[in-house]
Amino acid sequence: MYKVVVPGDFISEETNRAGESTYVEEGKVYATRYGIVDEREEIKVVALSGKYVPVEGDVVIGRIAEISFPYWIVDIASPYDARLHVSEFAGASDKKIEFGYMNSYLDLGDLIMAKVMNVNVLMRIELALKEDFKIGSRGRLIEISHTKVPRVIGRSGSMIRMLKEKCKCFIFIAKNGRIWIEGRADDMDLASEVILKIVSEAHTSGLTDRIADFLDSFGKGKSQGKIG
Amino acid sequence: MKGEETEVELIKEGKRLDGRGFEELRHIKIDVGVLKRADGSCYFELGDNKVIAAVYGPREMHPRHAQDAKMAVVKFRYNMAPFSTDDRKRPGPDRRSIEISKVSREALDPVIMREYYPKMAIEVYAELLQSDAGTRTAGINAASVALADAGIPMRDLVSSVAVGKIDGEMVLDLNAMEDNHGEADMPVAMIARTNTITALQMDGRLTKEEFERGLKLAMGACHQIYELQRTALIERYSKSENKKEEE
Repeated sequence: MYKVVVPGDFISEETNRAGESTYVEEGKVYATRYGIVDEREEIKVVALSGKYVPVEGDVVIGRIAEISFPYWIVDIASPYDARLHVSEFAGASDKKIEFGYMNSYLDLGDLIMAKVMNVNVLMRIELALKEDFKIGSRGRLIEISHTKVPRVIGRSGSMIRMLKEKCKCFIFIAKNGRIWIEGRADDMDLASEVILKIVSEAHTSGLTDRIADFLDSFGKGKSQGKIG
Repeated sequence: MKGEETEVELIKEGKRLDGRGFEELRHIKIDVGVLKRADGSCYFELGDNKVIAAVYGPREMHPRHAQDAKMAVVKFRYNMAPFSTDDRKRPGPDRRSIEISKVSREALDPVIMREYYPKMAIEVYAELLQSDAGTRTAGINAASVALADAGIPMRDLVSSVAVGKIDGEMVLDLNAMEDNHGEADMPVAMIARTNTITALQMDGRLTKEEFERGLKLAMGACHQIYELQRTALIERYSKSENKKEEE
């Protein structure tokens, strides 16, 4: 069973295992956040809420918010904006992107998949494009809280594997809580419905099994020509 | 000076006007996550005090020149609704609410780990819907829970209560009648686990002994309130878990 803690709750005396969202005071580990304790590898608190703050290496889905030569300012569903330098653009390796032409490569509102390359102390965030960075127009973007992302992925990817298989969709989950889905319209409907269900029940146990049942019952209902 | 001549009898046969004992809190009700659009929220009732606290952020700090490159800035707004008092209160900030906002912010400041969010603002709003003395303590209690609900990293929760002197006796958690006709009022905010006092004010006169006795009373009550705050936060998730199992 999981254990919910609030800030200041005593968790353990194993200070050498203290991890994320904890602090050590007088040889004891306390929680800094309202969340669920996970002691499997290190002692950490999995927050139940809170804003996304990028960490180096995260893969995120960003939306071009502003163009300010030589950077694209990217909204990454965080209080902090990120920046993408023109030289990061793959097409720029052979020809230079001129001032004023940046929007012909990536325009305002375009979605990109990017990796967080660097986060400095002043929270200046630099992105690098993924190889297949362009997000097409034949799909859907769902935004969920970044704290629920591990639940949608499931333990060693079990949940997401099941989702992709049962919904017959391409699904990409980014660390910042943005999810890109591509597939047939009704398949995407199902996928988004299931994802929202996972999010609303994220803190309950036995979730993967319940979602599996839900998906199975849905499949049956559909083949008999009725839904639900 | 208020209460110089006590024209109202506040203690009758060892009980207070509302039937409480000297060391008794008013009833407390805490609901977590009551506002959908806020990042964290809490509804808090302390007797006839009703307050909603909302937390937004961390989000961009405006005005920009007030940003702190090393840590987040905490903004606190204490506000009384026009209908929260007997006579309609003129809406908007006044001398009193500006002071209370500052004091409340400073009561919460020591627990908020502001260094996690450089340049950002964490905005806390405490809206008083109904008031019956001790509103600042209710506001601090609500704000503390709302901050936890918003996922803001904190060292601890802050709990707060007032003590005062009525008819020559030190009593806990004054109501409006006792506050208006009593001899002294002293709100205290503290971190229950470490017994660290984060805010202390006093209005009226107390002897050293009375002060110490009052502080002891307040600290004991803060521990009680802390337990209620903690339970409210924890039950929010165990409740929804049970609901799912019933389905």
